[in-house]
Amino acid sequence: MWNYEKRLQFPVNIKEPNAKLAQVIISQYGGPDGEMGASMRYLSQRYATPYREVAGLLTDIGTEELAHLEMVAAIVHQLTRNLSMEEIEKSGFAPYYIDHTVGIWPQAAGGIPFNACEFQSKGDIITDLHEDLAAEQKARSTYDNILRLIKEPDVCEPIKFLREREIVHFQRFGEALRLTQDKLDSKNFYSFNPGFDMCKDCDD
Amino acid sequence: MCIVGSREQLLNDIGIVSFVLVDLGLYLDTHPFDRNAMEYFNHYNRIKHQMVKEFSMKYYPLTMDMAESNKEWRWGAAPLPWEGACG
Repeated sequence: MWNYEKRLQFPVNIKEPNAKLAQVIISQYGGPDGEMGASMRYLSQRYATPYREVAGLLTDIGTEELAHLEMVAAIVHQLTRNLSMEEIEKSGFAPYYIDHTVGIWPQAAGGIPFNACEFQSKGDIITDLHEDLAAEQKARSTYDNILRLIKEPDVCEPIKFLREREIVHFQRFGEALRLTQDKLDSKNFYSFNPGFDMCKDCDD
Repeated sequence: MCIVGSREQLLNDIGIVSFVLVDLGLYLDTHPFDRNAMEYFNHYNRIKHQMVKEFSMKYYPLTMDMAESNKEWRWGAAPLPWEGACG
């Protein structure tokens, strides 16, 4: 169950349209390390952990990623608003325009459509949390790549905010991995999948 | 930035307080016994509720539970978040 708040997590107020920037930023909507994959990854993975606090963290970060997805869409929407046909042709935006006009569609910067194969839900919380740590770093690198390409302050500010959140999420997932390992046999964390293997003498 | 007016200012302040709560929420998920963090959370949570209520009465409902209407369905008439202040 979710509730919607009619506001962005961080303000997006872009003055000048710029289809060139929109084409690279859309990768964080539907690309391999984008926010759609991030939210679907965490919200799908949470069922395979018996630890409530870890499932709670996956829910809350997965929810925040939905707010980030909306921010990225708002950036792309404002960058493609009021574009002239001349600008569309000049900026290389024509292939996207042909299929989607200036609607928002989940694809990578190179045009590859969003695909669930961009994330995994392995049904083993240790494995999943390692994927999550990597995913946050990959998203952070993507935002770094975007920030090297763009100089416009009204685009940079929300991108910088999103980049910082990747680092905070990485930190929290590290803590979740420690919380998970604290509940397992310290001699071999990998001998047992708490989401699948039966445990006869567990108290919780 | 082209944020102007008291509506945008209040919405911006709600964004700041809400961000504190999101960040504290994640921290508390992995530090469930940190009493100082809980105090911060409780404090800012009360402020946020007050601000959202004030905003929703003065301008437009931010959440559907603030959307009680008489003549026109206020939820549907509210500006959309992706419009931006410069649009």
